[in-house]
Amino acid sequence: MSKKIVAWIDQRFPLSAFVKHELTDYPTPRNLSYWWGFGFLAGFVLVIQLVTGVFLAMHYKADSNLAFDSIQHIMREVNYGWLIRYLHSTGASAFFIVIYTHMARTLYYGSYRRPRELLWWTGQLLLLLMMATAFMGYLLPWGQMSYWGATVITNLFSATPGFGEDIVVWLRGGFAVDDPTLTRFFSMHYLFPFIISAAVLIHLVALHTVRSSNPSGLNLADKDNIPFHPYYTIKDLFGLGIFLLGYFAIVFFKPDLFIDPANNVPANPMQTPADIVPEWYFLPFYAILRSVPDLAGGVVAMLVSVLIFAAMPYLDRSRITGGARYRPIYRTLFYVFVIDIFVLGYVGAHPPASLMKLTGQIATSIYFLTFLLLPFVSRWEEGRLLQSGKLPADVVDMARKEIEASHA
Amino acid sequence: MCQNTTEIPDESRRDFLGALTASVAGAGAIAACVPFVKSMSPSSDVLDKATVEIDISKIGMGQEKTVAWQGKPVFILHRTPAMISEMESSKGGKDPEPDSKRIQQPEWLVVVGICTHLGCVPNKTASGWFCPCHGSVYDNSGRIIAGPAPKNLILPPYHFVSEEKIVIGKA
Repeated sequence: MSKKIVAWIDQRFPLSAFVKHELTDYPTPRNLSYWWGFGFLAGFVLVIQLVTGVFLAMHYKADSNLAFDSIQHIMREVNYGWLIRYLHSTGASAFFIVIYTHMARTLYYGSYRRPRELLWWTGQLLLLLMMATAFMGYLLPWGQMSYWGATVITNLFSATPGFGEDIVVWLRGGFAVDDPTLTRFFSMHYLFPFIISAAVLIHLVALHTVRSSNPSGLNLADKDNIPFHPYYTIKDLFGLGIFLLGYFAIVFFKPDLFIDPANNVPANPMQTPADIVPEWYFLPFYAILRSVPDLAGGVVAMLVSVLIFAAMPYLDRSRITGGARYRPIYRTLFYVFVIDIFVLGYVGAHPPASLMKLTGQIATSIYFLTFLLLPFVSRWEEGRLLQSGKLPADVVDMARKEIEASHA
Repeated sequence: MCQNTTEIPDESRRDFLGALTASVAGAGAIAACVPFVKSMSPSSDVLDKATVEIDISKIGMGQEKTVAWQGKPVFILHRTPAMISEMESSKGGKDPEPDSKRIQQPEWLVVVGICTHLGCVPNKTASGWFCPCHGSVYDNSGRIIAGPAPKNLILPPYHFVSEEKIVIGKA
């Protein structure tokens, strides 16, 4: 019976061919580690956010007089409202943990390199969409941090030359963040996940065109592949199990871990809380914003700090494959960069006293220096490594082919 | 005439018509965006709250009152003679401006209570205001003294209706 149904569909829609091409026959390198499972996790968290978000929207009221209380209503009175809300608020942080790890893997193993530039850029687009969605969602509880976070971030647009103030008023729909701002943020917060879902499809089409990279960095062509299903469906599901252990541990035992206490106070446009900090996932970028003494300069530095990742395929001029694996200096740069991000995050979470400010400025300089040094360091390291004779023969072969291709 | 032939006598004419059609469609699409973009600007009820009348008789000497105007906080400071003389002798910080240009009556300072850095509300201190967000310091004339804010606190348009009343939003 089911075979008949599938046959009936296949005559009208390429269902079996699609499953075969994208899953049961889809060639995947057999040496992928668990670091390659974070893309799947990101997709899974997106589904969690979509489902919990749709159900929250059934009880939430996007009105500046009702929003804060409607969250209390969800937490106290709606059946399992507390669970759905904590799944959603924890899910936002989980999403960023997963995405940042996914990006770190790409940077470490050089997965952004030719021919995967477009794959990397669609990922960059997804990051921007996700940041916008998270930022707008954070206003919805209408607490003090929500309100002042939105005030500070919309104010960044006042740095636009010429008509900065007009843009700020237009974005807010008023002279300050108020009811019109809340309703439009809610509307966009509901819309963006669907745009993200579409962008994820594009990301996957790009992935299935260039195929997965792998830890060796070698082009395994068709000789060393295994089908995605069942090998990586099983591996991804195991990774999902581990992820969910951590996720539910927070949801059930420490659900307010990522919720700033000040956000339990309703928004008050007449009083700024003593310490305003953004959500943890924006802290490094916030620290960069604060480290530049000039407003416009700070905004530009912050924008560049997010967008500069897109330039990676061109900044990394080494043609030795495998990312950091065979390249000790690149590996050192990678770890310096990771540590630097944590330092920036720490600085962003604390008031800008003099020592903290200096630390932030040094860390900001290191952040940009790692990117700016990369073109020179990577090419110099390439020459050194190729002459050293310490690289495996097939890595040298691939590098030589890449070098020839770049001359042609 | 080009009857019964598939030849196109002048291809550039077709290209021109194609480009013309595309531009008209493009202009139409842009025009269709205008209502949506404008719908996001402040609505008339928001604009309606443009002015507010404040009774200042109950603000004691040395006290500050924060009132709402267009959803923004406005600081009204009843300055003491000591504050006035101190402010008159100072030029301010990185955005120098004489105190006399920032007031209508020396006892009353009226400024928009929004930090010119990123829009937080500074808190009152004895010597002026301190912004908790990024540490900008303002004096009792609302002038920037230290910190990342680029400009002095903004002066709203206002006028005295009587000794005890001011209207903010209209000069």
